[in-house]
Amino acid sequence: MTIEVLGTGCKKCFELEAVVKTAIARSGKFVQFEKVDDLMRIMEYQVLSTPGLVIDGKVVSTGKVLSVDEVMAFMNASGA
Amino acid sequence: MWYELSETFVRNTLGFEGKIADVLHFFLYDTVKICFLLVTIIFTVSFLRTWINTEYVRAHLQGKSALYGHMAAAGFGIITPFCSCSAIPLFLGFLQARIPLGVTFSYLISAPMNNEIAIAMLFGIFGWKIAMLYILFGLTVAILGGWLIGRLSMEGEVLMRVQPISERLEAPMTRLRVQQRVKEAWHYTEDIFKKIYMYVMIGVGVGAWIHGYVPTDTIVQYTGAGNPFAVIVAVLMGIPMYSNAAGVMPLVEVLTSKGMLLGTALSFMMAVTALSLPEALILKKILSLKLIALFFSIVGSGIIVIGYLFNAIL
Repeated sequence: MTIEVLGTGCKKCFELEAVVKTAIARSGKFVQFEKVDDLMRIMEYQVLSTPGLVIDGKVVSTGKVLSVDEVMAFMNASGA
Repeated sequence: MWYELSETFVRNTLGFEGKIADVLHFFLYDTVKICFLLVTIIFTVSFLRTWINTEYVRAHLQGKSALYGHMAAAGFGIITPFCSCSAIPLFLGFLQARIPLGVTFSYLISAPMNNEIAIAMLFGIFGWKIAMLYILFGLTVAILGGWLIGRLSMEGEVLMRVQPISERLEAPMTRLRVQQRVKEAWHYTEDIFKKIYMYVMIGVGVGAWIHGYVPTDTIVQYTGAGNPFAVIVAVLMGIPMYSNAAGVMPLVEVLTSKGMLLGTALSFMMAVTALSLPEALILKKILSLKLIALFFSIVGSGIIVIGYLFNAIL
């Protein structure tokens, strides 16, 4: 599973990054994590409001700082 | 009702008298009233927002006529959230969908200006009529400002090339039960409230102090009808104050009750929300200085005109 957090470096993006890292640690799964701050790549995902959360190449949330539980729910929903 | 109740509480139950009682009564009355309205309005807006997000707005605006685009972009700006750190992806994303530059600016002007915090504060402080006027004028500035920028054909001033998407965009719709939407909206409301309540308290506190102790003459002298430059000064002062919109407004309330003209106050608040230096710095990465300066001067003059117009009518 790969998880990407999209954000150009605003406060909310850092918050989401921290939440996602906690969620990954708590899930105990093997996850490849990446923080994407390249604008062009963010645009490719069609995300307009950062932070965005991408799991296995699919955008699951935009413009929100999710809670750890919400992130884990997304991780479970996308299988693996 | 709450006005009398809080007065009885301060004077009879706590036993304060004179100026200090005035100050305390004002503080208690205002903080509770404003906090109540903040929670109600932020909750309502974030509940609506669970249906409409920025990605949806883009898909909706794609391929629409310019006239409709300006109006819809300004209108959507009321509901959708905007944080200046999202300005760039938003801007490029709109251009990518071939939404005209002018329409994009209409949205970019309206979204921060018509934010739920500013509207809630205005509602709480000046009543619904002034809040409606603020929204109406905000929409006008957004529509006309965007239209004007569109007319000047500044497309070349966007520094980053975007690959236009030709196919129609799917509007992403999240299917949620109402329960979930309520939960999400409430979560968001709590979040915002935690961030701003301190500013509100400080703002109201300083306001209460002015209310009780600073003489009316001083304020009228600087901000009243006697000073023809009041609106311009107010707008210039409003630009660096972006993040403290919640704290600035209670102060404005007291200033107006002591003789500052309402148009001046409205202009000031619009400048606080719509023009922000951090946003300009962020946009500098993708827009030429010329276009940013144009954007600021068009919106700035629009706000100033509204202020004078308002002062003249009322």
